[in-house]
Amino acid sequence: MWSTYPNDQVLPAKFWGCSGMRHDVVVIGAGLAGLTAGIRLAQEGLDVAMFATGHGALPLAPAVVDVLGYAPDRVESPRVALPSFVAQHPEHPYACLSMGVLAASLDWFKELVTPLGYTGSLERNLLLPTALGGLRPTLLAPETMAAGDLGGGGEVLIVGIASYRDFYPKLVAQNLTASAPADGRRIVARAVEVALAGDPRDLRPQLLSRRLEEPAVRSDLARSIRAELGSEAAVGIPAVLGLERSHEVWTDLQRWLERPVFEIPTIPPSLPGQRLQSLLTQLFRSFGGRLQIGNTVLGGQGANGVLESVTVAQASREISVSAGHFLLATGGVGTGGIVVDRKGIPREAVLGLPVTLAGSPSEVNPEYFGPQPVDRIGLAVDERLRPLGDDLGHLFSNLHAAGATLAGAEPWKEKSGHGISLATGFAAAAAILEERG
Amino acid sequence: MSTEALAPFEVRSSLDHCIKCTVCESSCPVAAVTPLFPGPKTVGPQAERFRAGDHSPDLSVDYCSGCGICTRVCPQGVRIAEINSRARAEMKVERGIPMRDQILARPGYMGKAGRPVAPLFNWALANPVVRLLGERIVGVHRKAPVPLAASRSFSYWAGRRRRFLAPRRVVYFHGCSTQHFEPEVGKKVVAVLEHNGFQVLIPKQDCCGLPLQSNGIFGAARRYVERLATQLSVPGTEGLPVIASSTSCGLMLKKEALEILGVEDGHLAEISKRTYDLFEFLLELHERGELRTDFQPVPLTVAYHAPCQQQNQLIGKPALDLLRLVPALRLVEMDRLCCGIAGTYGTKREKYDIAMRVGEPLFADIKTASPDLVACDSETCRWQIAKATGVTAVHPLEVLYRAYGGS
Repeated sequence: MWSTYPNDQVLPAKFWGCSGMRHDVVVIGAGLAGLTAGIRLAQEGLDVAMFATGHGALPLAPAVVDVLGYAPDRVESPRVALPSFVAQHPEHPYACLSMGVLAASLDWFKELVTPLGYTGSLERNLLLPTALGGLRPTLLAPETMAAGDLGGGGEVLIVGIASYRDFYPKLVAQNLTASAPADGRRIVARAVEVALAGDPRDLRPQLLSRRLEEPAVRSDLARSIRAELGSEAAVGIPAVLGLERSHEVWTDLQRWLERPVFEIPTIPPSLPGQRLQSLLTQLFRSFGGRLQIGNTVLGGQGANGVLESVTVAQASREISVSAGHFLLATGGVGTGGIVVDRKGIPREAVLGLPVTLAGSPSEVNPEYFGPQPVDRIGLAVDERLRPLGDDLGHLFSNLHAAGATLAGAEPWKEKSGHGISLATGFAAAAAILEERG
Repeated sequence: MSTEALAPFEVRSSLDHCIKCTVCESSCPVAAVTPLFPGPKTVGPQAERFRAGDHSPDLSVDYCSGCGICTRVCPQGVRIAEINSRARAEMKVERGIPMRDQILARPGYMGKAGRPVAPLFNWALANPVVRLLGERIVGVHRKAPVPLAASRSFSYWAGRRRRFLAPRRVVYFHGCSTQHFEPEVGKKVVAVLEHNGFQVLIPKQDCCGLPLQSNGIFGAARRYVERLATQLSVPGTEGLPVIASSTSCGLMLKKEALEILGVEDGHLAEISKRTYDLFEFLLELHERGELRTDFQPVPLTVAYHAPCQQQNQLIGKPALDLLRLVPALRLVEMDRLCCGIAGTYGTKREKYDIAMRVGEPLFADIKTASPDLVACDSETCRWQIAKATGVTAVHPLEVLYRAYGGS
């Protein structure tokens, strides 16, 4: 009934999907590096589109910002330790940055996430308890964790909640008591476990944190803790103190217990990480950024040293998205930013860029905590964070990289992961802004 | 990963990429509100390893709403929601499918049965006694949002109107909701497309099978979607864009029938590549400078919620982009994941409360924004939001229609 029109007037399906979508900047990856750069650029009024296969590591990570914790001994002051660390590791991402940029990124971040009350400075690392009761040298911590700084030693009560079975207060307390924060300082930690009335045997942290957002439930928790309190100066509790209302939950507990309360990071998922992620994505959107989670970027098209567009997968089609600048913030081997093929050859996953410091990635050092060839793999970049080719020239004049995609760091050993993501994301945004003039 | 749909064995084997990172658990809107659902990782990549035989080790997968957020946020490309949909279907085969689910899965029957006696039918659906009996006997929650039957179907209207002829043509896939419950949406879709110079072809069409699929009735769902694919491939429409105004049904054609049901029908694979969500299509027109923007001011505050199934098309929020062009319109983006209803999930007696708790943050944000209208691309979400907030919920197309001078 509608074949009266010739088929050459049919819109070819392929024509659709090749849209004219163009942005100032396309960011690939939505972890801390991508969000930092995306927010910085959107704050300056740029049209920024962010595509990511899925969430980055933010919702699993403890939400503290490590800058430099070990080099290789425990670092007390990153400002003091960094110059010699960088001199010894010229291939490290920090070597592309000045101390001024690093400090500026930390100040910018603290102000950006004001609702979470981050504190700390480059002068001195905090020593915060980990999920297992180790001491983590870290630089910035949200308000709910900062009182856990045990660098000066002290007497603390470690509280477990019976229905939250992935937290082990005795283990935390024993490890803290056995640890050495500083010369002549001691930590005395005691563990107790309290139960919340009406809780089932096993409650996941998402549910528990929401329950604690109800005033009656947290006052019940405070009552149970008070009954156990001795002479301890502060109270440590697993990081489940609410999601959207963590400030209220934490403030109430401190008031009712009449002493500082600090959250101790948990094994994943991480509520403090989810709070940070949700604030950063809200901020990105509020500055006009567009965020698409679930879209894998499959590749790119460029000519004459300029990357023109990337190919983005949708549910049943691919589209081409062009931009003036691109930022790769896809993470390292762990999050799929760097892939190793069946022959053991590593490459950057989206554009197939060459990687450096690969060693022989299929080889494994039998010494488990020793240096592993796979650890430091990543992109080599110039001083503007542009990925370099094998001839050490930059590959595309408008392509930058940030975060764990960069070569040269061993974040888990150095305690430098979020610091690298934040500082390089910030610096990449600055480079893009400068190039745009 | 590419845009090619995964074969059934590839969907299942994607669980080998799971590194147990818990990103899906922390994004799951259902696990966040009830201990009855232990989360997508637990019932999916973890429990799947124990489903090798024909026995379901874990019944909690029935509490998965099928919103698909877990697959979307997974950084490793695991098809968590798809794996869980299949596990749920197998469990239901094993345990028997309740009559309630058989009824909810066939909205067309309800629409057809109600149409000749629409006033009586709609009165009955609004009657608390009838609804209480419906909850006791059938298991549909007495407070659950249900659509009202239209006294004339959309196809009745479409078949009797003067045809608008134009060289550029599109196929309109209107879906059951437009056909039986909200024919006005379909009329406005046609008006907007014609206003932009398109001839709108409306082949006879039946249900895409999505409600059957989400209720675990896979055999019938496959037959339905294959039938629809044939209906939408009428000779003379080869290569034309297929425009879906029901966003969940559009996703069914684009991906779900291929990856969840494993349909290997050639028509479907071809149609999935040229199926467009309505606003995806309109935004592309605009980006190419081919959309008429003779918009009149619409002095309203509209809260826009992007539904899960539209987000799972991975096309961003095209309605938001386009409606931003309308003068005097105050658009408020709702930054929440899910309204809770998930098709028929939230209408069920044992899941109603869960669905309402899932939607709670969205409802609260809507009330804070106190808009004149809520705009949302999915019909069941509109019904849920309207019922929960008391604010009229419309397809964003209705706002665009007004901007074009329609009333």
